[in-house]
Amino acid sequence: MREIERYRGLLAAGRMTRRDFVQRAMALGATTALATSMAGGALAATPKKGGTLRLGIGHGSTSDTLDMAATTDLYMQVVGNAGYNYLTEVSNAGKLTPELAESWDVSPDAKVWTFKLRKGVEFHNGKTMDSGDVIASINHHLGEDSKSAAKAILDPIAEVKADGKDTVVFTMKTGNADFPFILSDYHVAIMPAKDGKLIDPRSGIGTGGYTIENFEPGVRTTLKRNPNYWKADRAHVDSAEVLVIQDTTARTNALTTGEIDAMDKVDLKTAHLLGRSKKVRLEEVSGTQHFTFAMRTDTAPFTDNHVRLALKYAIDREALVKTILLGHGVIGNDHPIGRSNQYHADDLPQRAYDPDKAKFHLKEAGLSTLKVDLSAADAAFAGAVDAAVLYKEHAAKAGININVVREPNDGYWSNVWLKKPFCAVYWGGRPTEDWMFSTAYADGVPWNDTYWKHDRFNKILVEARGELDGSKRRGMYHEMQKIVSDEGGVVVPMFANYVMGLSNKVAHDKLGANWAMDGFRAIERWWFA
Amino acid sequence: MAKILKMVAQRLALGLLTLFAVSLIIFLGVELLPGDFAQEILGQSATPETVAAFRRELGLDLPWYTRYFDWLGGIFHGDFGKSFASDREVSELIGGRLLNTLFLAAVAAVISVPIAVALGVLAALYRNTLFDRTINVFTLTSISFPDFFVAYILILFLSVSWNIFPSISNVSSDLGFWEHVYRVILPALTLTLVIIAHMMRMTRASIINLLASPYIEMAMLKGISRSRIVTHHALPNALAPIINVIVINLAFLVVGVVVVEVVFVYPGLGQLLVDSVAKRDMPVVQASCLIFAATYILLNLTADVLSKLTNPRLLHPK
Amino acid sequence: MARIWKLLKSAPPTALFGLIVIVAYILIAIFGPILTPYGESEIVGTQFIPRGEQGFILGTDNLGRDMLTRLIYGARNTIGIAFVTTCLAFLIGGVLGLMATTLGGWVDQLLGRLVDVLMAIPILIFALLILTITGTSVPVLILVIAVLDSTRVFRLARAVSMNIVVLDFVEAARLRGEGTSWIITREILPNALPPLVAEFGLRFCFVFLFISALSFLGLGIQPPTADWGSMVRDNATLITYGEITPLMPAAAIALLTVGVNFVVDWFLHKTSGIRDDK
Repeated sequence: MREIERYRGLLAAGRMTRRDFVQRAMALGATTALATSMAGGALAATPKKGGTLRLGIGHGSTSDTLDMAATTDLYMQVVGNAGYNYLTEVSNAGKLTPELAESWDVSPDAKVWTFKLRKGVEFHNGKTMDSGDVIASINHHLGEDSKSAAKAILDPIAEVKADGKDTVVFTMKTGNADFPFILSDYHVAIMPAKDGKLIDPRSGIGTGGYTIENFEPGVRTTLKRNPNYWKADRAHVDSAEVLVIQDTTARTNALTTGEIDAMDKVDLKTAHLLGRSKKVRLEEVSGTQHFTFAMRTDTAPFTDNHVRLALKYAIDREALVKTILLGHGVIGNDHPIGRSNQYHADDLPQRAYDPDKAKFHLKEAGLSTLKVDLSAADAAFAGAVDAAVLYKEHAAKAGININVVREPNDGYWSNVWLKKPFCAVYWGGRPTEDWMFSTAYADGVPWNDTYWKHDRFNKILVEARGELDGSKRRGMYHEMQKIVSDEGGVVVPMFANYVMGLSNKVAHDKLGANWAMDGFRAIERWWFA
Repeated sequence: MAKILKMVAQRLALGLLTLFAVSLIIFLGVELLPGDFAQEILGQSATPETVAAFRRELGLDLPWYTRYFDWLGGIFHGDFGKSFASDREVSELIGGRLLNTLFLAAVAAVISVPIAVALGVLAALYRNTLFDRTINVFTLTSISFPDFFVAYILILFLSVSWNIFPSISNVSSDLGFWEHVYRVILPALTLTLVIIAHMMRMTRASIINLLASPYIEMAMLKGISRSRIVTHHALPNALAPIINVIVINLAFLVVGVVVVEVVFVYPGLGQLLVDSVAKRDMPVVQASCLIFAATYILLNLTADVLSKLTNPRLLHPK
Repeated sequence: MARIWKLLKSAPPTALFGLIVIVAYILIAIFGPILTPYGESEIVGTQFIPRGEQGFILGTDNLGRDMLTRLIYGARNTIGIAFVTTCLAFLIGGVLGLMATTLGGWVDQLLGRLVDVLMAIPILIFALLILTITGTSVPVLILVIAVLDSTRVFRLARAVSMNIVVLDFVEAARLRGEGTSWIITREILPNALPPLVAEFGLRFCFVFLFISALSFLGLGIQPPTADWGSMVRDNATLITYGEITPLMPAAAIALLTVGVNFVVDWFLHKTSGIRDDK
């Protein structure tokens, strides 16, 4: 790796082109994702001020609102992370760092969390942020009439109260060692309050590095640098414009013609062609985003674990990563924890495509053949229908007949997901193991899309949540990953990279892998070289 | 004249009935779509409680007929309601979009109608020559390409390769008039290519049709030049069908441009409508559909009135 | 046979060209499975093999399927669907349109108002609503597009036959006591045919475009069925890089459109009896 360090130095000094760097790093055995992110890190040295950063985002609709509680798409997530701050932040290195909270403490049972707030931070309207604002911002998501999408993840909070102007104390229903992570969730923006209520959750007024000048739902937002921003080393560009460009081709054209400086969701099919351009470059990070095929374990034939195992052995993960992701991703191991997660079980044997083992498990289940319907739509993830068609071909070799049912994109999440016995699903992933497992694998939670119920798993889940000792937690989370992989109702064939297209004028530090567009923070983290 | 006024009044009354029927069909259609606004807006993060909270607030828990007649009652007071999603007045939400749509339609019409009629007349005048055939093949080819594909090809040449026009129509209200025109040139050209064949072929066919009539033959025998016959004798009499097809295409320019709006990221009414259908944002869907329906009805009426005015024989049927 | 031969000999070169194109397309559509080396959705190689390499004349697509095979199967599906749809649209629209004028009165009023309402709803939105409710199987797709298209045919058929029903020979037939269906088929239809056929040519091609627009909104024909409209859509991004792959299905549609309309022009010319010799 010393050779790579030398190249990084050359790159940072401007004596080697980025393209050369990536090629040489790959020749030395680095993956594409690693090489490009190292190149980004090397170029990070000197952020410059100024310029207008224009982002083309492939999501967004006229129903967008600046109320982060109702936000579901990347357009508002990127805008929200420029206009608002949160109590905590997941850094580009994947570590939890303080944001509006300066520091925090926890009681030994992991039940009482005390957050010290940063002093002297001003909202865009001039109000100074204090504990009243934080409590109102949290309560915005709680209560019976809450329409917040974050209601479920904040549900463990039993009580939140102020201890003076600069301290907020959260009491949890049960011990929760990862609670500060949850406060970094993009829904939980801190907004100004008056008399214990938010002044207007849709105003766009926060403490973030940019003020929102003009907001058009589903079309465009223009932002201007907040001159009073409390972070000294962030918010480099003077202004930003976020454009919703849903059509992939339009987005790509806008990038190559210089109408925008960066785009998300590069079309993987043509990524190699875009990469040829001299003016733009591809960047990708591999994070927690993963695609699954979820079986309802409460519905025959998926009630039998041998049937589930047969289906897990009947899919060629490598082929899917190669064909559907065109190499922009890594294979999964039938559990939802990504390699970038803290407690990822590296030692768990990788499940491989093995039609004979699949047949063996079918026999164990007392079956000679199996016929199942698999529901998919491109709303589940880009290429989901193609992935299902490939799965069908792989499974046929194991005597399993998968009938691919293409469902309409419209209404996929309300009519297919959680309803059909076997369907394709997209997960953005979560920064912590507990968050991911308690969102979709714990018994009885609303998004347990496999309707899976495993006593041992549920027991360790609660124990690990209240455990503050890192090495004990590692052991627990490893066991849970093994249980999900061997007995769960989910096939996790692949983890997909976030692939972005950037103008060569744009520079940045190491890219955050927790979400798309540098952990949603592109506007305050990037600058013009 | 009185007859025309009577016809206009009659047609307007019928138009109102049509609008009513349209609103009912659209309402029921959106109602029959799986899922409702509360579910769609929350997407993957919908839980039973949050969905219920949304429904309570928006009144989605009421039966459909109650909601429909509430909405209808509002319309009679000029109140189009508020968007479920943004809580903004529908009229405010739609106003800017409608202006954008009309602006694009106007630019496209200004480019395409004169060209189409001129080409049609020329093709009729020089029919069955190489010129006529070339025009014919060219226009037929241009309409047989899907509109998004025409758009991509124009972008490839005029934007990516030669860099003359911007590849996306990023417009905002603070732009000057000509800047606005400059940014919508590519979508306008796309629409021109899409509709020009229809208008041009109709112009050519109507004129050729008339050239066979006795009075034209008489004029020819008198030795009047062909071009004069076409422009002074045939064209005025062929106006009715030509106006008809022009008006149909104008209606298309307002109503049928969703795909072009998506490709050029142009914030028009079509994209708003598709978005709102996907989100089941009923008040916006209803208002947009009514605007489209009204546009269609009014343009049709205009076409009929103009046809009658240009052809008095239709005014006095035997 | 001899008559057909004479007719063909008198056809202008454009019409002959059109006829050749149509016949070739029909042959390809019928004998598609024999002509193609692979199955419709069979994955035969790696993705994006360039044209001419490894025995794939047109290369392979994003899943490693043979482009030529997809294109040929596309002819079957696309032409088949477009033809059935257009015929159905003309059957519904034409019959109702002619009935409206012949019967007149409340039938005419009722059908006229119904069509007005249907036409006042933006066609793409209407299709979007219905297809989302019913799902996009081929029969539903055909039915929906046919019904929506039939409103346009209805208006044309009504407008054309309006001028015919008042003519003397129709009056005479009525006085003779002929039935409505007899009048429609024997007296009105033959005279209303030319403009309807002209419209058929364009409508036929619009069906491809409509399916293509629907696939743009994610509502087209179900994969892995090959159809040209969706194939243009799937590969459209490539055109930005100057790759001609998406041009092939688009050109296939364009060639057929031009061919069909050349033949239609010729037919119009023959039936209208316009002297065109100068």
